[in-house]
Amino acid sequence: MSLEFLVASAIAVLTSAGIWLTLRGRTFQVVLGLAMLSYAINVFLFAMGRLVIDKPPIWGKDVTEYADPLPQALVLTAIVIAFGMTALVVVLALRTFLETGTDQVDGLADVTADDDAA
Amino acid sequence: MNALIVAPIVLPAIVAALSVLARGRRQRVGAALSLAGCVGLLAIALALFAQASGGAVSVYTVGDWPAPFGIVLVLDRLSALMLLLNAGLALVVLVHALLTGVDRKGWHFHPLFQFLLTGLNGAFLTGDLFNLFVFFEVLLIASYGLMLHGQGAGRLKAGLQYVVINLVGSTLFLIGVGTLYGVTGTLNMADMGLRIAALPTGDRGLVQVGALLLTVVFALKAALLPLHLWLPRTYGGTSPVVAALFAIMTKVGVYAIIRTTTLIFGAQVTGPLMLPAAIASVVIGFVGVLAARGLREQAAFGVVGSTGTLLVAVALFEPRALAAGLYYLPHTTLTVALLFLVADLIARRRADHGDAITPGPRFASMGPIAVLYLLAGIALAGMPPLSGFIGKLLILKAALAHQAAPWIWAAILGTTLLAVIALARTGSTLFWKGRAGEMRHGAVSRLDLLPAVALVVLLGALTVGAGSVTGFMDAVAGQMFAPRGYIEAVLGQAAVR
Repeated sequence: MSLEFLVASAIAVLTSAGIWLTLRGRTFQVVLGLAMLSYAINVFLFAMGRLVIDKPPIWGKDVTEYADPLPQALVLTAIVIAFGMTALVVVLALRTFLETGTDQVDGLADVTADDDAA
Repeated sequence: MNALIVAPIVLPAIVAALSVLARGRRQRVGAALSLAGCVGLLAIALALFAQASGGAVSVYTVGDWPAPFGIVLVLDRLSALMLLLNAGLALVVLVHALLTGVDRKGWHFHPLFQFLLTGLNGAFLTGDLFNLFVFFEVLLIASYGLMLHGQGAGRLKAGLQYVVINLVGSTLFLIGVGTLYGVTGTLNMADMGLRIAALPTGDRGLVQVGALLLTVVFALKAALLPLHLWLPRTYGGTSPVVAALFAIMTKVGVYAIIRTTTLIFGAQVTGPLMLPAAIASVVIGFVGVLAARGLREQAAFGVVGSTGTLLVAVALFEPRALAAGLYYLPHTTLTVALLFLVADLIARRRADHGDAITPGPRFASMGPIAVLYLLAGIALAGMPPLSGFIGKLLILKAALAHQAAPWIWAAILGTTLLAVIALARTGSTLFWKGRAGEMRHGAVSRLDLLPAVALVVLLGALTVGAGSVTGFMDAVAGQMFAPRGYIEAVLGQAAVR
């Protein structure tokens, strides 16, 4: 199996899992989905510099092929931002749950859970 | 003198960091810092405006790295205009917040406020696509905090949705930027514009994917239909003062659409999709104004409608229409901010009703507030004598030659009628259908009317000075549609040939 196929299918699986989870109704799943999506994006950005192995990361006059260092810098930035955002969403989701008593994203009361409790 | 370009980003960031330190009993120090920062920002914006209005494109290379490799900040007429609008609006809103004591309802109002300004100014100035993403995140993080300022269950619910939808937006932004970088090998906007023009036809499809993804993200920020659903709840759920400042945040989306389309992608990529969406948002926005049950909700739908009107002008993608839209841009920003401030004034004086559109007893300084609401209504609906009338007239005139002209005319004129009906009904419910009884409210001084009056004065100035303002907007649009000057300023003259 080629490296390209592995990376591409990893991005595909992560993205589809992320989209699926983001569309769920409860905040915890949505948070997980957002995290998955951000992982997928990190790998995607990384791959945008082309996949090369065992090459120097900086261009020089005697170098014909090199690994593009810029996407790695972009990924670093994206990781930091996504990490901060995920932390924020977790806190916000917890706070919303404590304040409204439901973890549904639309904030409406959770009917089935009440039925279970009864 | 080019280092002044970085000042609108650095100054609010420093002020924000300093005002974090001023808490508890020293809160007044933080407020004073924030106010001084806003005044300073306005002065800087005026200086930059004077520098750019002659048509020169000034470039600041961050860290002195040469252009396509390092990050550049670029000041042209459009960014100077947006900086000035932002600084002016921020000062007015901050004074309102200080007078009404909203900044003391929770922690860290001033740092968040200043960081939001940092992000906004950065987004208006940057000439690098990934840097634009970073500044979008800066302004979004600050806006999350501001939106939740004061808390409450309703605000948290709306806030969660706002945060989630913007995180998805950021993800799409990264996919778009990544795709474009993969194809062109650059992130500098000017450089990308050049390289896309020279691309083999096989790669055009990928560029289009990236361009459309980015436009979707910007349309999400600008609340273009069908991506507007988050806005009424968010703006209606947060405190009106914060919402008034957020009035400029939809304009960041519009600014980014104008910038990327004229500089990088060209009109053919997004134009055909954007015009119908813009017309639909005008209609939905003003239908929402008619249906709203609270003043904040009404103003929020006003944001959707008037930003839609602005995007109709932008989506035509020709200099005259863009100039008309650019005249409408400061008008709609100030008008919507005014509506939110008036909603706050009314809600503060009606303890039992809040901002709900229900008849109630007379309240303090009802007369002046009614006049302010009338003026805000006139401005939003686009009736003479205020600048909305001129703006809409210019847009209609510019659309005349376009094949979609009947749709545009019908949408804009029809929604004007809707807005007149809605605002007249709201006004008469609030101010005329009096009910007997005494309105309970705390001690409110008339002083808090000042910021709203200042906005009315600005709108008046926009109307009286319409001749010279439209002249300037023509120059702005001319510069946008001749990106050669921008590219030469960033990359040097050799790159263009």
